Amino acid sequence: MAASKRLTIADELIRQYVGIIPHVAELGIETIHAARGMAIMKLPYQERLVGNPETGVIHGGAVTTLIDTVCGLAVITAPDEPSRVATLDLRIDYLRPATPQRDLYARAEVYKLTRHVAFLRAETYEDDPRDLVAAATGTFMFVRRAAARKGLAKP
Amino acid sequence: MSTPPTLSEMVRAAREAGDINRFIDAIPYARFLGISASAEGGVLTARLANSEKLIGNPALPAIHGGVVGAFLETTAILQLLWTLESIRIPKTITITFDYLRSAGPLDTFARAEVTKLGSRVANVRAYAWQADVAKPVASANANFLITPADGE
Repeated sequence: MAASKRLTIADELIRQYVGIIPHVAELGIETIHAARGMAIMKLPYQERLVGNPETGVIHGGAVTTLIDTVCGLAVITAPDEPSRVATLDLRIDYLRPATPQRDLYARAEVYKLTRHVAFLRAETYEDDPRDLVAAATGTFMFVRRAAARKGLAKP
Repeated sequence: MSTPPTLSEMVRAAREAGDINRFIDAIPYARFLGISASAEGGVLTARLANSEKLIGNPALPAIHGGVVGAFLETTAILQLLWTLESIRIPKTITITFDYLRSAGPLDTFARAEVTKLGSRVANVRAYAWQADVAKPVASANANFLITPADGE
């Protein structure tokens, strides 16, 4: 029972996270997988996200949005239920241009969680998770859900 | 005469007309976000029009951090294109964003400065603000690969 209850809480978090964010819904970003400080999301290819109409390659800004979103989801599924997540900084390395017409995936993992800060690594790719479009590191501030319920510290 | 103008030609035409928006309107993603810009003494001020579809935190509410980042990156690229003669669209090598305050549901503005211009790489810093220019909501530091428009 404990395991299924935990799963329900995680599912609810994920539903709240992706379902009520207008810009995430607008872009059609969807959750592929999310559990315990790790998440994978997909951004479908769209002509309106193109940054260079001569090549059809999507704008780096759309990649930034995908990475920021997947990092946020990885943080809220981390142990101790972080909430009120806010990006502190994000560094993105562009290893190669995204391929036109292909959907993009991003995977994020919390590799260290302190009292108020989550440290993450994230990667963006198309079909092959080893053939990266972009690699990123980020730090996110948060408060723990229990503290948030008591109306304690803001991030 | 039937071939559409290249982006480099559009940048040149926009510079001659003194209106960068002629070029911005050719970029689907910039149009989708609602970005425009004005130039004064060689320095661009970009504007991101407030829109419900850009919201990333409906509780605050606040514009999505990815959108703020995209706006900073776009402003940096536009400033490079506006400053330099005859280059292709710069390719981002690395970009780092610092999020300083939440960006509320307001118009957002940004400026960028080319801090170092090499033959292949340009370093650009950009910052964005809303009501008060002294209270930036985010900043970015980026390295771009630059390529002449008429060669590899």
